[in-house]
Amino acid sequence: MTAVTASIDRRRECDVLCDHCRLPVPTGLVNPLAGHQFCCAGCEAVYEAVTGCGMDDYYRLRDAAGATLVPAQPGEAKFESFDSLGFQQIHVQSAGGLCSVDLFLEGVTCAACLWLIERLPRVVGGVVEARLSLRRATVRVTWQPEKVTLSQIAAVLDRFGYTPHPSRGRAREVAYRTEFRARLVKLGVAGAISGNLMLVGAAMYAGWFGGAGNMAPEYLQLFRIVSLVLGSVCLAWPGSEFFTNAWTACRSRTINLDVPIVLALMAGGLAGTANVFTGRGEVYFDSLSTLVFLLLIGRFLQFRQLRQAESSLDLLLSLMPSNCRVVMEDGQTVDMPAAALTIGSLVEVRPQEFIPADSTITRGRSEVDQALLTGESAHVKVDAGDEVFGGTKNGGGVIWLRVSRVGEESRIGQLMKLLERGLLEKPGIVRFADKVSVWFVLLVSVAALATFVWWARTDLPAAISHAVAMLIVTCPCVLGLATPVTIAMAMGQLARRDVLVKSGSVLERLACGGRLILDKTGTLTTGQMTVVDFVGCPEVWPSISEIERRSNHPVAIALARHRIESERTNGSQSRWDVTERGDGGVSATSPEGAVLIGNRSFLERNGVCGNGAAWGEEIETAEREHEAAGHTVVLVAMDGRTCALIALRDELRSGTGEAIEHLRAAGFRPEICSGDAQGAVDRVASQLGVALVLARGGVSPEGKLSVLRESAGMGVVMVGDGVNDAAALAAAGVGIAVQGGAEAALAAADVYIARPGLEPLIDLVDTARRTMRVIRGNFAISLSYNVLAGGLAACGFMNPLVAAILMPLSSATVLSVAAFAMRGRRSGKNQSGGIR
Amino acid sequence: MSVIYLVLPLALLLAGAAVGAFMLAVRSGQFDDLDTPPERMVVDDDDVA
Repeated sequence: MTAVTASIDRRRECDVLCDHCRLPVPTGLVNPLAGHQFCCAGCEAVYEAVTGCGMDDYYRLRDAAGATLVPAQPGEAKFESFDSLGFQQIHVQSAGGLCSVDLFLEGVTCAACLWLIERLPRVVGGVVEARLSLRRATVRVTWQPEKVTLSQIAAVLDRFGYTPHPSRGRAREVAYRTEFRARLVKLGVAGAISGNLMLVGAAMYAGWFGGAGNMAPEYLQLFRIVSLVLGSVCLAWPGSEFFTNAWTACRSRTINLDVPIVLALMAGGLAGTANVFTGRGEVYFDSLSTLVFLLLIGRFLQFRQLRQAESSLDLLLSLMPSNCRVVMEDGQTVDMPAAALTIGSLVEVRPQEFIPADSTITRGRSEVDQALLTGESAHVKVDAGDEVFGGTKNGGGVIWLRVSRVGEESRIGQLMKLLERGLLEKPGIVRFADKVSVWFVLLVSVAALATFVWWARTDLPAAISHAVAMLIVTCPCVLGLATPVTIAMAMGQLARRDVLVKSGSVLERLACGGRLILDKTGTLTTGQMTVVDFVGCPEVWPSISEIERRSNHPVAIALARHRIESERTNGSQSRWDVTERGDGGVSATSPEGAVLIGNRSFLERNGVCGNGAAWGEEIETAEREHEAAGHTVVLVAMDGRTCALIALRDELRSGTGEAIEHLRAAGFRPEICSGDAQGAVDRVASQLGVALVLARGGVSPEGKLSVLRESAGMGVVMVGDGVNDAAALAAAGVGIAVQGGAEAALAAADVYIARPGLEPLIDLVDTARRTMRVIRGNFAISLSYNVLAGGLAACGFMNPLVAAILMPLSSATVLSVAAFAMRGRRSGKNQSGGIR
Repeated sequence: MSVIYLVLPLALLLAGAAVGAFMLAVRSGQFDDLDTPPERMVVDDDDVA
């Protein structure tokens, strides 16, 4: 998994920048003799690979787009499994001697990526075409199977810094595309018909104003017949959706928004048809087709929002392990796609690999990391006979598994279904519209019936015409159109300011205020730690930086950098087997011994009970001093004894204080919840004016979850960035991942902020509040409009011209209110030229 | 005024042709991805410098 750890604000003017990713090169790695500077071996490898193919323009384009690339991970992955028969059957389509596949790529950011990836045919012989979709970060590669294999193509993509995964959402994407096109065609047809009917209508009204003698009856009848034909096409084709939905609702004895709409469409359509044939009264088809057109726009926007939620699910699925090693009867292992597993298959899982399906261990023992599944970071020891779940990560041992459940039956499959249901949930305010519609139908029917009865006593044709007018003019257009439009506008506006919102319901929940739980490191503070003190035997430094180099926690980055700055030579040659524990530390083992690096409670949990004899007292004193000063204290333990202490300091981001004040005014109660020591959290809390009771330090991922669950019923917004926040982000009412977050956190969160600092959070909250204000305001406007129009219709003042003007006018009113109110202040802070 | 019998169907035919062209464009996938093509247009030339 790529972890986007680099944040732009970490870049400083004086730094030497990496020639690949434009992030500062650690001082120790700057080589004045070399022509190019790199921050890590991964970036260097990618730079060589790109320039080696003569693709130097890539970097020019990157500078032109003003984008930052993701620091590259050294490509160690193997892609042989991409050539296996099972993989090809599932992911590869072949036609006319050519094969094609959809690959999801990590690290796609901007136009430069597009340029480089689509030049794949020139780099790899045999590749016919590569088409990238920036929105989905998915490339469709077409190649000649006799000239090149998919694994070779995948390896080249990986060398360029884009790790490929088979795209999981293909079936869904194809289904989406079909429906998207069908909806767009219907939208176009409805728009064209309503436009043309308006022209026809204008001719008829002109004749009506000019007096009865001005338009010869045969021409008038021609226009009426044209209206009937075009209007019927509009109702029968693009409008059919409303009829089907309303019919489905009726059969299940419920009422949704489509019922009052269909009521209006049917009443208008039938009365209009009758009037055309009798040659008297009004034809309503221009109003009806405009109604269909406007409502379809609303539906179209809603449909696209749902799809955005779905894509984030597919992303999560694509990052899941796709391959596994199946043990054949002769004891040989064969690579196979995990999706091809069947119940009873025997699978071998090596250290640090993901377990592909729910299964029982038949051989070996290990420990399992279930963080992805349960959010629990503590490893569970497993032995032969124990059950393990798909999607969890194997620890240190090689195990053989007998598969017991696959696909949707498995625990991860169930979880995905839950996630899917949650993500696809309609925004609350839209559900509200469905609820309102029950009352709506009742009220309108009663009003129409009353109008009919009142007029029927004196004039039966007028009674019918007025009742029909009542049904049409009160059609709840604003509920179906203005709300989705407002939400879509808000989401688009936020996206332009680098705040990506996954579903519209988030805005509703954010507007209410409530608890706001903030992670400290990286969110409130810059996340750029600097080492202020070191106590202990200096010999452990090389090992510390060697271990912390593998991690992307801010503390780890600071430790690794500090070591590089202070001494570059005599690096430790031992190979550390490093496990990032996600609960406050890192553990590593090598032939020389076991090392634990982390906070005090992490060490104690892992059985470190006392200080080493040599440095014990110094460490104890320093620990007290630094904790009182609010510094972050990291302890190092070797073979069960603490042997060193490192104190780090993390500065508050500028503007954080004002941001907290602003959010408080918006109805939030800020809380701080961090894995860091209580002293450091207290220091930040007092600086920000957060009550010390609400500042919790030393909280584990499980602790974060339980802090979230403390308050039932109250809205909880969680802001965080790390792997240790992922579970809490998913469980919170609104989970917000901030820039630099780990991929797991991004996938679990409802909102992703691609700009550092809390300022975008203010943007988000303000936009959410404004959106809800606009939606409520539009409800009020449309309600008063309906009362007015209904009153006119009941009194018999509603002629077709008034209806034809009032109906689009009401939609225009609510839409312009939405457009005007949502425009708000323009922020010039959008500095990223890239597309995400 | 009887020219309306000729002009009205003609106008509708014209509108129908436009709708047909739109449907062809949609079905050939021209509206599927609105994010990538504008970027591609910028970088598509070989002599980017």
